[in-house]
Amino acid sequence: MPYRRSHMHGNLEGPEVPAPLRAPEREAEQSASANDGSSVTRRSLLNAALLIPAAGILGCSPRAASHSAIPDANSASTFFNPEERAFVEAATERLIPDEEDGLGARGAAVVVFIDRQLAGPYGRADKWYMQGPWANGIPGQGYQLKLTPGELYQTAIRDVNAWCQKNHAHSFATLSGAEQDEILHGLESGDIELADVPAKVFFTMLWKNTVEGFLADPMYGGNRNFAGWKLVGFPGPRYNYVSEIEQYGKPYTLPTVGILGRDGTRLRKG
Amino acid sequence: MANPLKPVDIVLVGFGWTGSILAEQLTGTGLNVLALERGKFRDTVPDFATTQIQDELRYAVRDGLFQDTARDTLTFRNSEDQTALPMRHLGSFLPAVGVGGAGVHWNGQLWRFLPEDFVIRSHTEQRYGKAFIPADMTIQDWGITYPELEPHYDTFDYLCGISGNAGNIQGQIQAGGNPFEGPRRRGYPLPPLKRSYPTMLFDKAAKDIGFKPFPCPAANTSAPYKNPLDVQMGACTYCGYCEWFGCGNYSKASPQTTILPVLLKRGNFSLRTGCDVTRINLDSTGKQATGVTYVDSQGRQFEQPASLVICCAFAQHNALLLLLSKIGKPYDPKTNTGVVGRNYAYQITSAVDVFLDEIMNPFMGAGALGQAIDEFNGDNFDHGPQGFVGGGYIALWTTGGRPILQHQLPGDAPKWGAGWKKAMADNYLKSASIATHGSVMSYRGSYLDLDPTYRDVYGDPLLRLTFDFHPNEIKMSGFLTDKATLIAQAMKPRSLHAKPRVGHYSIVPYQTTHNTGGCAMGADPKTSVVNKYLQSWDVHNVFVMGSSVFPQNAGYNPTGTVAALAYWSADAIKNRYLKSPGPLIQV
Repeated sequence: MPYRRSHMHGNLEGPEVPAPLRAPEREAEQSASANDGSSVTRRSLLNAALLIPAAGILGCSPRAASHSAIPDANSASTFFNPEERAFVEAATERLIPDEEDGLGARGAAVVVFIDRQLAGPYGRADKWYMQGPWANGIPGQGYQLKLTPGELYQTAIRDVNAWCQKNHAHSFATLSGAEQDEILHGLESGDIELADVPAKVFFTMLWKNTVEGFLADPMYGGNRNFAGWKLVGFPGPRYNYVSEIEQYGKPYTLPTVGILGRDGTRLRKG
Repeated sequence: MANPLKPVDIVLVGFGWTGSILAEQLTGTGLNVLALERGKFRDTVPDFATTQIQDELRYAVRDGLFQDTARDTLTFRNSEDQTALPMRHLGSFLPAVGVGGAGVHWNGQLWRFLPEDFVIRSHTEQRYGKAFIPADMTIQDWGITYPELEPHYDTFDYLCGISGNAGNIQGQIQAGGNPFEGPRRRGYPLPPLKRSYPTMLFDKAAKDIGFKPFPCPAANTSAPYKNPLDVQMGACTYCGYCEWFGCGNYSKASPQTTILPVLLKRGNFSLRTGCDVTRINLDSTGKQATGVTYVDSQGRQFEQPASLVICCAFAQHNALLLLLSKIGKPYDPKTNTGVVGRNYAYQITSAVDVFLDEIMNPFMGAGALGQAIDEFNGDNFDHGPQGFVGGGYIALWTTGGRPILQHQLPGDAPKWGAGWKKAMADNYLKSASIATHGSVMSYRGSYLDLDPTYRDVYGDPLLRLTFDFHPNEIKMSGFLTDKATLIAQAMKPRSLHAKPRVGHYSIVPYQTTHNTGGCAMGADPKTSVVNKYLQSWDVHNVFVMGSSVFPQNAGYNPTGTVAALAYWSADAIKNRYLKSPGPLIQV
């Protein structure tokens, strides 16, 4: 039995700390400083603040306290190095912003999900046919890169950051939200050409994995506290709707559950 | 050098629906039956337990129950002038691996084909003239008729405990059922499932237009049910995890929930899992099979002698096994001769998403909980003015609301960012989708053969698929999509989003696992691999099951016809072949 409900206390979670500043506030900070060269410093300070597990230091509104912060990069990564993690954290925050409600990629810890997925069979392409010869083919023939998903992330992130350094003199994670959006659009359309990999293929994978991390069961590390499910109104795998299915138009009111129960922070082993 | 094993009477290659049906039927003769399955043993408990199975990421997104493409895949191209490349991970269709086959992860949408579907060429020529069929369209009659299959459809309906309203009992049209279906001997064993809100809105909208909607027949039990083998099923809980999952509630018909509890106890049945059959072996004349060669999960190669070999693998895999074993003449599209690999077909789907004002609770559903109209399937309407062959049903299914893959967004919703997030919040609970499910005809250029370049884990060639949608299908699908849009409009939505199928066939997005052909059945050995009893024309002690024998595809889900053909063939094997082994039809 690979997965059971018992003995599933999260083994990769960092300390529970309140979110120090929510996304819009951070963005305002950044765009104000985007051109004066101080954004790196501000972001570094904010990240450093994340490591302090003391609610009193930054204040704590009830909403902020209700969702946990993403585990610290160094202690929690199983696949990414700090640069890769910073990129994915920043990119996914733009793809699904937290906004006022905290129900975005950051609140959902999507970066933790992607990190864990890339460290496992998916990231290694264990179930993919990975024998050559390799050719580009047509779009209808699907993925034809020699790179596993893990290798594609590593290569593409290095390339995107090189592109950002060249064109913006900063790595992606330290640019303003508006700049990041523009770059993501460029990757999506293929207008930005990366050195080693097709930008569109990488963007497609990043977006797919971001949605997965936002909406998969929280035991995989994302959708923390059911952020994604709460946003859309999915109650989780509730199993039995015999009494409700013919109650047409009525909201379903029972609390959200995951496969490991009502605690949306418990992680599956492995 | 293969290790020879003790001979058995009958060996089955693959152990999904057809393997289970054949094994149950043929063990009744007292003969020894051995099933070889490439995947693992799996059963409701523990493999599909509700404490783990309702996991969209593991099963639906990461292909938990499906074929492992690292070991076995195919190559694909749209046309002969392209170089086929490997399908490196699954997408367009999802073949199964493991005991129960795709019978574990299907939705349970259980249809019969129309009487005209089995005689499509002669019927079309008679009604519309020979010139109506495009020159490169290679459709053919099946060599079998609906009345011959009807008793076997009935057997499967009652094995599975189908929930539904009959539309035609012995020629009498029944209120509330599908008035276009062929006559059935009796009604369904169970009443329809409870109706979800979207299916009721579809029902009303379709009636307002003048169509005759009905509850889709479902292999999801609307009530507890004990089948003729005395196997007990439980009532469906509408959990919304059917397709791509196993059922943890004994409510979705599968080999595990309908046949295996009885079959696995029979002393003359045995099952070996983790066994990849790589060849059907022939004697020196090439006219008789001596058994099969397989490789077990430890990599050991064995030779299993058998008097009768029955191919029960997924559609394309049966064709691959015949090609590798050199049984039957391979199809050559240049000369239009040969048969193995010929007439590959698929289905063509489209959707119209509707966005409504009220809460639909999409997560409450079942795999075959749907409402459909059949006015535009088969030859239920006059094709003359339309200028295409074929058709399909239009249905609103509420199979579940699994959020990663089953959310709909308006066509103008942003692809990501704050706008995407808002669209998700505004629409997940208040949307539904109408599907069209259309036939695909067979063509001279749609076929399977051995790839010249790419190899599987044993060094054997991968199968190569050459396939594209043709103008006939694009036109037909557009016609269905327009009709679906009419119903969508009549549902009075806030907005709707029609998603017609256009352009070339792509192996990337999931469409349907209704792949057919490659081992077509028929009356003429020049255009078919097996005769009407599914017996190889070339090697009389080899039979081929599954949708691989469909000469072209119809506008319905194939499992009902696959199962009925398996019972039909089992009947011929039991009552005729075993008494006097040899060709059941002489030409």
